[in-house]
Amino acid sequence: MKLMTALLAASAFCGATIANATDLEVTHWWTSGGESAAVKEFAKAFDATGNHWVDGAIAGSGDTARPIMVSRITGGDPMGATQFNHGRQAEELVQAGLMRNLDDVAKAEHWADVINPKSLLEGCTYQGHIYCVPVNIHAWQWLWLSNAAFAKANLPVPANWEEFVADGPALRKAGIQPLALGQQSWQVTGLFNNLILALGGKDLYLKIFQDKDAKVAAGPDMAKIFKAADDARQLAQGSNVQDWNQATNMVITAKAAAQSMGDWAQGEFQVAKQVAGKDYTCLPGLGEPNPYITTGGDSIYFPKLSDPAKSAAQEVLAKVMLSPATQVAFNLKKGSMPVRGDVDLSTANDCMKKGLAILKAGNVIKSTDELISPDTTTQINDLMSQFFNDMSITPDDAQKKFAAIIGTAN
Amino acid sequence: MASAIPPGDPAVPQGPRPRRAFSARNITLYGALVLIAAYYALPLYVMIVTSLKTMPEIRLGNIFSPPVQITFQPWIKAWAEACTGLNCDGLSRGFWNSVRITVPSVAISIAIASINGYALSLWRFRGSEMFFGILVFGAFIPYQVLIYPIVILLRDIGLYGTLWGLIIVHSIFGMPILTLLFRNYFGSIPEELFKAARVDGAGFWGIFFRVMLPMSLPIVVVAMILQVTGIWNDFLFGVIYTKPDLYPMTVQLNNIVNSVQGVKEYNVNMAATLLTGLVPLIVYFVSGKLFVRGIAAGAVKG
Amino acid sequence: MPETQRPSQLLRNLNAKVASVPMILTAMFVFVGGTLWTVLYSFTDSKLLPRLHFVGLSQYDRLWSTARWIVSIENLAIYGVLSLVFSLVIGFVLAALLDQKIRFENVFRTIFLYPFALSFIVTGLVWQWILNPDFGVQHIIRGLGFSKFVFDPLYNQEIVIYGVLIAGLWQGTGLIMCLMLAGLRGIDEEIWKAARVDGIPMWKTYIFIIIPMMRPVFITTLVIIASGIVKLYDLIVAQTGGGPGISSEVPAKYVYDFMFRAQNLGQGFAASTMMLLAVAIVIIPWAYLEFGGKKRG
Repeated sequence: MKLMTALLAASAFCGATIANATDLEVTHWWTSGGESAAVKEFAKAFDATGNHWVDGAIAGSGDTARPIMVSRITGGDPMGATQFNHGRQAEELVQAGLMRNLDDVAKAEHWADVINPKSLLEGCTYQGHIYCVPVNIHAWQWLWLSNAAFAKANLPVPANWEEFVADGPALRKAGIQPLALGQQSWQVTGLFNNLILALGGKDLYLKIFQDKDAKVAAGPDMAKIFKAADDARQLAQGSNVQDWNQATNMVITAKAAAQSMGDWAQGEFQVAKQVAGKDYTCLPGLGEPNPYITTGGDSIYFPKLSDPAKSAAQEVLAKVMLSPATQVAFNLKKGSMPVRGDVDLSTANDCMKKGLAILKAGNVIKSTDELISPDTTTQINDLMSQFFNDMSITPDDAQKKFAAIIGTAN
Repeated sequence: MASAIPPGDPAVPQGPRPRRAFSARNITLYGALVLIAAYYALPLYVMIVTSLKTMPEIRLGNIFSPPVQITFQPWIKAWAEACTGLNCDGLSRGFWNSVRITVPSVAISIAIASINGYALSLWRFRGSEMFFGILVFGAFIPYQVLIYPIVILLRDIGLYGTLWGLIIVHSIFGMPILTLLFRNYFGSIPEELFKAARVDGAGFWGIFFRVMLPMSLPIVVVAMILQVTGIWNDFLFGVIYTKPDLYPMTVQLNNIVNSVQGVKEYNVNMAATLLTGLVPLIVYFVSGKLFVRGIAAGAVKG
Repeated sequence: MPETQRPSQLLRNLNAKVASVPMILTAMFVFVGGTLWTVLYSFTDSKLLPRLHFVGLSQYDRLWSTARWIVSIENLAIYGVLSLVFSLVIGFVLAALLDQKIRFENVFRTIFLYPFALSFIVTGLVWQWILNPDFGVQHIIRGLGFSKFVFDPLYNQEIVIYGVLIAGLWQGTGLIMCLMLAGLRGIDEEIWKAARVDGIPMWKTYIFIIIPMMRPVFITTLVIIASGIVKLYDLIVAQTGGGPGISSEVPAKYVYDFMFRAQNLGQGFAASTMMLLAVAIVIIPWAYLEFGGKKRG
């Protein structure tokens, strides 16, 4: 036991830092190479204010990291700040009074004016008070195409979803997997939601996910989407991979022609030294006219703390994360888009610039994370992955089940 | 199941080691063992060759082919360079924390469980079987279900976020299987031995330390294998019930292999997994010396 | 310690009672308390945080009308039976092979046991690769000229659970082997000598003499395997994520997914209550038979 006490004492000694700096532990799930580099930008900016960022990285997103964060907060030993996705994941923690409101910082820093799109700040607002800082935007609505795969099949690279579907048989003939799709259910649902927004339009998307209108979900407009999803599942047949990046890799190596995945897929193309436009093509909004993107992404929440020094440091951190310089530095490394419109991103690559242009045009819409509960999302995930893997389920059947889920959604 | 052992062979299984190395029996025996070992080692082989390849080679290549150009960079990166957030010191960061967690947790959980098993098999009291029944039932409770109740429990006794809290959690979750292990082992030890010790005037603790414990080496090895593996590889309890300055190595492992929206480096993932598995591996190899025969039998005679 | 021998009801066996305090506390507060807590909250509509807002049986109604739950139970039944049988048989055969006074026993044992030491997040990925039709075993065998060879267990809804079983046995049988080996090493050498003198063939000695003597070890092993089966989760997540579709879902994954991903604690607790109920139905009669009246095993 003596040894243990000695070890504990030693570690406490090593962990000690400069006396006047306030340590603030920040938990998050940004752990891959690019993500770590991005976090470093936050930490650098925060440390420059004389405080100290204590990193609490825990990989695995929602299902791994969330019980840990919730335990820490409810166990009475909260961290200084924690990541959640935009949307409703932290709603109950706010309701339970465990999170502090940031109204003063928000007012002093004019968040209402600088945060773009405005819906992001709305997502952080609960009963008129602001509880989180949105830090980035990840958009789902992309179709990534392999130029080499289309060249091999002697086809021009398609410009939209319909052209791509029409190319399906020719691609198969050339021995190319038309659509790469990982088996995990969130990827299937992502593709399906992309089809709703790109082919069905903004109004249909909002009727379904915002108004939870079961009639519309069972109606003819959605029937078209299910037809398109039927095409997609045929094109995805034979895509025997699990992870999204394995699917992206099929596109990079021209084994597959296309993948519909969020903007984070771009990191894989970059690491493989591929150039947008030359080696691969990116179509925002699946190449349909008047594309919209959803504003998913990450927010930082601040649990209530009893230590006034730490509470003050929380305000500093919130301020720093939204400063223009930090926003640019963080998002360029992360491969996501900044949450304020007044920053210079001339160094962004071509695909990201397309995304920024859409953002600038105001063609943004809330992501499903912000509109429906995680419970409903899980039910849709289960349905979609069944539909995409079991050809005996007809589009009609699937639509009926989908409408039932929407009817009871919250 | 006995078909794997050459039936009807007059060769004695328990005698001295046969002189002739290439008897039919030996060829069958070692042939079977090598074949089975090859099956068990195949995924390890894939992991090792993958960990020695560069990423471009992994993207293109055959998973079974040996590396064209061997690189140890993934191993170095996994151990000392992989970044998670700010900290770019790879797995090495959590190594000593893991040791600090594993050693006392293994020792205490085995101590508690062996005493439990001893009391349950040889010193039964009213209700002891009921508690044991509850423990066996506890082995089947998915532990994630108990996360929040245990948070509340530890918070109320003031141990939430401490090393001792975590040691208690490991002892609790190890208790059902380990107690079962020891109870059934002690239960199979010849009763005369216990009675003889009682006649000699030895009490509860005397019999435990002087008679039972020395005889239970093989089962202690199994208990150690179970606990070292489970606790060394534990990730969830380590992060839920402690603080970042106590996080075990598996937190880094998880951070290296389990990111969702980032580029995946399979070679580093494999190297990190193999490195993390080294400590249990060493324990398996070294503890094997304790798998000896006849402790119990010898004691009966003596 | 004479008081243990002088029977005064309460003080009788006092040392044993004192020594059992940690066990009694764990059994009562954690396992019984935790179970009651879970059952209680399964009647609420708790989402992210547990809260006592009762909704009657509606979590159970929803549970039993969810296709995924039904599939999960079927999978658990198939996987459970096969895993139990194969784990016991393979584990015992391996232990018997190692018990033949072989050379390099330590090396072989370590190889068989090593899979148990490796985190399944990554070994699951390796099995994904090996079982992948495009670059795993199927690809290799087709490359040898058998172009019709099909082996895609993870991508075929009908057989995916067997693909999971292959990896599960690979990971778990090493431990079973060790348990069996410890049991075999506890058998008196005299028994073998006597059997040999009587001219009983080795396989008969194993089946009719050794295995019955190892009954306690088999019971321990059975509980370890069975509890592992009921809690089966990591393997599925790492290998298939429950897919293709929902064809390899299992109950424990349903529980965790609803508790933590879907943030619907009530639904997760309802599912785990059903699991625990099933376990109790099996364990209580067994415990009754096992302990009922008998003094020592």
